[in-house]
Amino acid sequence: MQLTLFWIFSALMLLFALGAVLLRNPVSCAMSLVMTFVALAAVFVTLDAFFIAVVQVLVYAGAVMVLFLFIIMLLDLREEKSRRVRLSAWVGGGLVVGGFVAALSQVVSSLPALNVPKPAISDPAVSDVAAIGFALFKNFNLPFQIVGILLLVATVGVVLLSRKELK
Amino acid sequence: MAPTLAHYLIVSGLLFSIGLAGVLLRRNILIIFMGLELMLNAANLSLVAFSRFNLLADGLPNYNGQVFVFFIITVAAAEVAVGLAIIVALFRSKQTTHVEDLATLKF
Repeated sequence: MQLTLFWIFSALMLLFALGAVLLRNPVSCAMSLVMTFVALAAVFVTLDAFFIAVVQVLVYAGAVMVLFLFIIMLLDLREEKSRRVRLSAWVGGGLVVGGFVAALSQVVSSLPALNVPKPAISDPAVSDVAAIGFALFKNFNLPFQIVGILLLVATVGVVLLSRKELK
Repeated sequence: MAPTLAHYLIVSGLLFSIGLAGVLLRRNILIIFMGLELMLNAANLSLVAFSRFNLLADGLPNYNGQVFVFFIITVAAAEVAVGLAIIVALFRSKQTTHVEDLATLKF
């Protein structure tokens, strides 16, 4: 059952990711990317990471993709004209990606320690939101505040960058 | 039968390589940016998988990995905002999002 759900959502995720990379119209790419993020949130649920799944849907499928679609419409991007395909770029890119996949599958299949089934959680009723909250505010308090400052700096930077005249 | 850690790592690697292919092969700067997002998400998937499969002594997942994913998502949101603002500024000055038309820094 778990394995079936895992395969369904992984296949959906990879399919929509391929769509996001291969489709010609930028709006279709963005919509496929939204579906990729939703399917990835479902894969997070199969890993019992409910908090991360919710954050994934809120931040990625919500905020980030709205920003992407907004920019696509602001720039009024049309469907890409098919330009001359450069063979060298496709051969080079295919070699790099194929080499990466081959190396990764070889490493993963050669390690028997990775072939363990998912161990059961001792107390399934424990809330992962509470556990992550404790870790975030006790062990990672300083990084948490630094990230807050980072978000503030990013906001100010974006406002400055998108002003009409850059001085 | 439950999925193993190897399943998750393979799926995460495939997602990463799809994103890498998008970055290497596409010529629209917005699609390249979407490929970057895919690669970040692939890294998040393997972190969450490691956190779930390495239980601590009390039998709970190692939540430090999930806190790390939370930080990655936050930084990625900031990165998207700044990156898209730069793309808009670029479009204002050059009127294009095609990377082959942006060759000012090319050697």
